[in-house]
Order: sequence, then structure tokens, then C-alpha cells
Amino acid sequence: MTTLTKPAQAGTLESGDVVVTVAPAELGSGIEISIESLVLLQYGESIRRTVLAVVEHYGVVDAAMKVVDRGALEYALTARTKAALERAGLVGEVDGDA
Amino acid sequence: MKNAVGREIPAAAAGYGQVAAFAGAFQTTQPLRRYAPLMKQARPGDDKVLDNLAEVFKRIPVKDGMTLSFHHHFRNGDGVLNQVLAVAASLGRRNLNIMISSIFPVHAPLIDHIRSGVVGGLDTNYISGPVGKALSQGVLANPVIMRTHGGRARAIEAGQAHVDVAFIAAPACDRYGNVSGTMGPAACGSLGYAMPDAEYADHVVAVTDYLVDYPLAPVSIPQTRVDYVVAVEKIGDPKGIVSGTTTITKDPVGLKIAQSAAQVIAASGLLKEGFSFQTGAGGASLAAADYMARIMERRGISGSFAMGGITGYLVNMLDRGLFKRIIDVQDFDLEAVKSLATNPNHLEVSAGYYANPFNSGCVVNMLDTVILGATEIDTDFNVNVTTGSDGIIMGGSGGHSDAAAGAKMTIIVANLLRGRLPILLDKVLTVTTPGETVDVLVTEHGVAVNPRRAELASRLKDSGLPVRDVHDLKMLAEKMAGVPVAPTFDGRIVGLVEYRDGTVIDVVRQAGG
Amino acid sequence: MLDVLRSMLFVPGNNPAMLQAAGVFGADAVILDLEDAVALREKDAARFLVAEALQSVDFKTSAKVVRINTLETGGEEDLRRIVACAPAAVLAPKVQSAADIQAVAGLLESLEQPGQAPVQIIALIETPRGLAEAYAVATAHARLIALAFGAEDYTAALGAKRTRDGLEIMSARSMLINAAAAAGVAAIDTPFTDINDEAGLRADVALARQLGYKGKLAIHPRQVDIIHEVMNPSAEEIRWAQRVLAVLRQAELEGAGAVSLDGKMIDAPIELRARHVLKLAENNPAGGAEQ
Repeated sequence: MTTLTKPAQAGTLESGDVVVTVAPAELGSGIEISIESLVLLQYGESIRRTVLAVVEHYGVVDAAMKVVDRGALEYALTARTKAALERAGLVGEVDGDA
Repeated sequence: MKNAVGREIPAAAAGYGQVAAFAGAFQTTQPLRRYAPLMKQARPGDDKVLDNLAEVFKRIPVKDGMTLSFHHHFRNGDGVLNQVLAVAASLGRRNLNIMISSIFPVHAPLIDHIRSGVVGGLDTNYISGPVGKALSQGVLANPVIMRTHGGRARAIEAGQAHVDVAFIAAPACDRYGNVSGTMGPAACGSLGYAMPDAEYADHVVAVTDYLVDYPLAPVSIPQTRVDYVVAVEKIGDPKGIVSGTTTITKDPVGLKIAQSAAQVIAASGLLKEGFSFQTGAGGASLAAADYMARIMERRGISGSFAMGGITGYLVNMLDRGLFKRIIDVQDFDLEAVKSLATNPNHLEVSAGYYANPFNSGCVVNMLDTVILGATEIDTDFNVNVTTGSDGIIMGGSGGHSDAAAGAKMTIIVANLLRGRLPILLDKVLTVTTPGETVDVLVTEHGVAVNPRRAELASRLKDSGLPVRDVHDLKMLAEKMAGVPVAPTFDGRIVGLVEYRDGTVIDVVRQAGG
Repeated sequence: MLDVLRSMLFVPGNNPAMLQAAGVFGADAVILDLEDAVALREKDAARFLVAEALQSVDFKTSAKVVRINTLETGGEEDLRRIVACAPAAVLAPKVQSAADIQAVAGLLESLEQPGQAPVQIIALIETPRGLAEAYAVATAHARLIALAFGAEDYTAALGAKRTRDGLEIMSARSMLINAAAAAGVAAIDTPFTDINDEAGLRADVALARQLGYKGKLAIHPRQVDIIHEVMNPSAEEIRWAQRVLAVLRQAELEGAGAVSLDGKMIDAPIELRARHVLKLAENNPAGGAEQ
């Protein structure tokens, strides 16, 4: 399990990119994700699954997350989520090599 | 009932009447006659110039429920529709039917006129901006009628769409009603889309801010069809009129696609002496035209004519001798306007001459190839340029379906992904242009040829072009982007998409909350 | 995938839209750039993005190359993040000495996964010192497959002005290709920086080709086709190469020793050049299509 020590953000608002913002959340509050996207109808669920998979991989259980999507493909969303989490001062054991 | 592209179509629609289902691009013919507008009689000494628009409303008189028509040559710089509707509202007119060849963001006041009941019907070929969103959300009780440029000419000429009063935004006009589009502060060039209205409306009003001495020359719309002339302070904003995206794209992917499109044309066998061509004014279409021009120069070929939204780029090709004529229904920049005014090989034609399928021959029938865009295209090659992926109206055929039907080879250029969305789907949300009239899809990831054109496919393959099965391209898009969840819209019908022959090819349903 | 490198296209490493489009331009290699194209405070995010792109984006026929930072300025973190994602090569910037290459090679060896194809190295020579050491660099390690020339930093260090015809870098270009040829590695020419000057690019590539360069760095996708056009063998050269190999085959059948074509001896370098011409021809099936 890992925890975040500070709010952080990664990505840009350019077309094809996404801004992922993470912030520490109270113990037991779980992962909260808000998503803003032009393709919410078509890819909203996919975006949520991708972000959750990264968060789980990092062993984070409590976080407030915001995704402002500009049409990012899954690989870019994954990369931005990872960068945001790493910037948020992860404390604890990450399973495997992120 | 299901039409020939598999779309569920109602038997009748409010404000429209009986619906004829699309049966195929050239399957529907009707025993029609040309509509005859009112005869007029002008006596020596009559003065056509009225003080203001309110006076016009009184003289005609404009009554509740009438159809008023407008052209869109001023695009997002149009000031006439808003002025006329403001007068209509102030005079308490209700339930007017507005027939305007295209709607732009500048026309946002329409929404309030619909809400207040001044406007009760809308009939157009293309909508961009807030009006499309409001219509999609259901602001208008009756569905908006979405036609093609050729279809609008056909509907007016056949009297299927009866115009009571045509308000013609006139860049230059003399006191006796002769109109030109190439002069004045709001010069827009060709007035082609206004010509059917002028020819067939019961009453014709020229609205101008540039009144010139009689007789104006050369004449685009003649005094014999114009009943009243009104001078207002300003008919439009020149910045919005010649605003079109008239520079070649700098986006490297767009350039790659354009280059492939030019290679498709070069490999098709059509690019020979006398070649004819239509392109849009978008950056990618212009880039394709530019690549094509280089090939023509290298091969020493000169074409017969170019048409479409005319820009300085096409004018330049005319001046270089790459084409012998420009056939012009609409201009997008000042070079095009200037060329129309000065070059006898630059011809101004009406929307009917351009694209009406029900006359003895329109120009699109003479096209070798046309390059068009797409918001969505499906594996049957049906194209949507009417609604966005959120179901909101954001475009329309304009000349899309007309040119596709007429040209020997119709090329769609599009990025395989638009944002994250694959452009290629199993079924487009709205069919604007039927797949039977679309031949080639050019993307940055390869070229797909309509299976109906096997011979063309083998020509392109032989030239080394990356020809792929359309289903493979779709799978490639889904591999990159993931399979999108197809949204469904099952609200009431807010739009009827009419094919150029007057049949209904699809409907638009309420969306966007 | 690195045996034909006519064009190597730089792509900014922190720009998803450009990364995912990079494969459509037909460059022989794409260089996902973690160095100059990425702002200092975005290096971490760019590493993640390039790593994910290496694994997920289809770069089609383009070989995947990553330009890392120098080892002193974050290059080691770059390698830690991307080596496991299997780029074909890394482009090491501002190489000054053989030791620079050996250090990169050592890190590559330690970071590669079992069974992973060795990641190759291309050395970017862009300083006077680096150019002076070019042969030592080119022979520093078995992974070193090419020298590439970066003329902008190089001329800045000289205090010389870059010009369109490039007279100021003539000797550097010659020295670099000589070092590469002596070491038996490829040489890649400096990019042409005015992306709107097609004629200038064409002339610049022709000059590089005349000097013996087989490839060129590209800083804009539009440059790729022109580079290929100039670097590709002409129909006449292809016919010549086919005849060379035909004569050699015939000589082999007959057990003849010295062979000649059109009165000229066919020696090893001529055979090598003929084979290269045919490899390029083979790599460019659309060569006959109109550009």
C-alpha cells in the first residue's frame, strides 16, 4: 500500500493529451475520479478503467483524481497517470516495477 | 419504414408532410414542373427603393407563417438575417419559416426568435455554431429540414419549397434592383446560392449597403426579378465574409493525407488533358489541390475546369493555366472575388446550374473527381457530415452529396482518428451522403476503396498506393483508440436529412440534454 | 531494422499527438526525443510517455530510436525507464569521447531484460572535441552502429555562422564520414533546419550524398520524402548494381578471379556499393510512384 504526500499534476491540454491531477485523500475514502472529456460517451468507462489500473498498480488506495481529457489514447493516459502519481510523493511499497 | 441505406424513416413529419424514403442515388424521379412565381408589373416612374425593412414588411405584406429565404454568401459575417428577424419580431410576426442556405454562429439570435415563436420552421443545408446545438436539444417543435445545395435549388425550382419573400443580401445594387456580389464593402463574389431564390420567390427584396448608379454592371441578379431595394447601414462584416480557412494546412498528418489524395488522383487514370476537379476550402483539401497541381505541371496537363468554394489557390491555378475555367458558386477570399470580377474565364453560376439533379444537366455531373471531408464514414462508405459524435448538429451536406453523386471519383480525406474517435465505424450516426456515391477513403494509415470499384482498387494498388480493406482500417483505428461505445439517441426527431432528389436519407434525433 | 537509415525523424518526446502520428511518414527511423525537445521540468513525464509509446504505438516501418540526455543531465534515468521497452537504438547526444559511448553501453547491458535484443547506439557528434574524437567514438563499442552529425551546436562552438550552402561545415562533414567509414559504421548527416525551404533541403541532401552519407536527420515530417527521393538510387544506378552482381555471379560460376564491368575492375567496395543500392531499391517499392 502506498500513500500520496502532496497534490500533483501531469500532462497538457493539447489535443491528444490529458491532464491528470491527483491529491491525497483521507484514509478510507477510496479512489475518487472525475472525468471531463469530449469522448465521455464513447470512452468514459475506458478512461476510468485505465486510470484505476495504474492507481492499483501503484498500490494507492485513497486519492482524489481529476482527468481532463483532450482525446488521449490509452498509452498517453497511462503515462500521464503514472507521472502524476510519481510527482505526488508516493510513500510505501510499489509492487513490481512501475 | 427503412430506406435504402437501412435507416428508419417516418412516413410523415410535422411541418414537412409525406416523407419519401431514399431509394438510391439516382432511383427517384418525379413528374415535376418548374414552379411559376407571381408575375409582376412595374410602371415607368415606380421607385423600388424603400426606407427600411419595416416598410418592406408592410408593402408586401409579410404575414405570419410565410417562408422567407436568405443566402449564406456572407457566412459568419452575415448581418441580414438577424436584421430582418429583428424587424419581424418588432412587428409581431409569428411562425415564419426561414429558408437559409447555411447557418453560422453569427445567426445565434435565431434561437431566441424560435423560442419566442417568431420563427416556426427552419430549412437549411448546413449549420455550424449554437443554432445546431439548440436544434439538437429540441428548441424547434418541427424538425429542421437539412438539404443539399443542389437539393435546395431543386426544391425551390420545383415549388416543393415555396418562397414567399427572398431577402437578398446585396453587396452592390442599383436603385432599380440590379445586384452584383463583386463590389462594395461586403463584396462576397458569386451570388450563386441566391439565384434560385431570386428566380422563384413571389417577392424579392435586395438589401444593400452599397447603392450604386443605374445601371450596375455586370449583373448577377437582374432588376427583372427584384421588387424592392432597401439600403441599410451595414449588411455584413467583411471579416466574417472572407473568413474561410483558406490557407494550406501545416499539419504534417494533414499534408500526408493530402499528398496521398493527389497520388490517388494521379493513379486513377482520370488525370489527363481536360481533367475537372472540385475541392473544398479546408486546409487539407487545398493542400491536396496543391500537390495535384504539381503533378499536373510535371505531366504537362491542363484541366478543363475547377469548381467548389473558390479560393486564391484555385485562382492561382487558373492563372497558371492549369485549368481553363473556374465555375464558381461561392467564394472564400478576396483573390477569388477579384478574379470573378475581372477574369472572363471565371464563371458565376447558380446553385441549380451547380448541382440541381432535376434539370437537364448540372455541373457536378461533369466532374472527374472531388475531394471531400467526413466527420464519420462507415464500412459501407456512407458519410456523416451532419452530426458530431455527441449527436449534435454541426454541419450538413452543403454540396457534399451533390458533388459525390456527380463526380466520377469521390475521395474522402480524413484522419483515421479524430481526437480519440475512429472516423471509421460500422454505422455512421447520421447518413448525409450515401456510400454508393463514395469511392475512396484516404487516411494517414492507408487508402480504402469502395468494393463497388474493384477496377479502381487494382489501379491504385498497381501504383504502389497503400490500399487496405476498409474493415482492416477500421480495426487498425480501434486497435489504436479502443473500441468506442456507440452512443444511441432515441429522442424525438429534430431534423430530416433530405437527399438531393427530395427523398429522406436519415433523421436526426434529439441529443445533448 | 537499422540497416537502412536514409531518414531519421525527430519527434518531441512529451507530445502524444506527435508521437502517435510519427509512424505514418515512412521515415526509416523515428527518434523519440527526451533531450532538446523536452523542457527540464517535464523530463520525468516525457520518460513515462516515451516508455508507453515504445510499447503501444505502432511506428510501422520506422525503427524506434530514443534520444536520451547526456548521462550527466538525466540520461541514466532515461535509460532506466526506456531500455526495457525495447528501442532499437539510443541516440547519445553531445558525445565527446569513446568513454561516453562505453558508459552508455555499460548501462544498456545492465538494464536489458534477459533475451532482449541488444539496444544499439548512435553517437551524435556535435562539438569540436567530439569531432576530433570521431574515430575513437566510432570504434568504442560493438553496439555503436552510426555517427550522426549535429551542426548547429558544432558551428556555435566554432563561432561560425550556419549558412544555407553549408560551406562552414564542409570539413566537419568530411571528417565525420571518414571516421565512420574507417570504423565501418554508418554516417548520418545533420538536419536541414529551414523546414519551408524544399529546394534548399534537396540541395543539402544531394551534397551529403555526394560526400558519401547514406542518411540524414529530419526535424519535420515533410522532409522525409525529399530525403528519400534524393538518397534513393536512380533507375540507372539500380541497373548498374544489378549488372555488377550479375557479373560477379557469373564469375563465381566460372571460377574466375578478377572481374570487370565496362572495362572497370569490380573490387570489394564496388560490390558493397552495388549491394547497398539494391537494398535501398528493395526498401522502396513505391519508388516508381509519383511523389
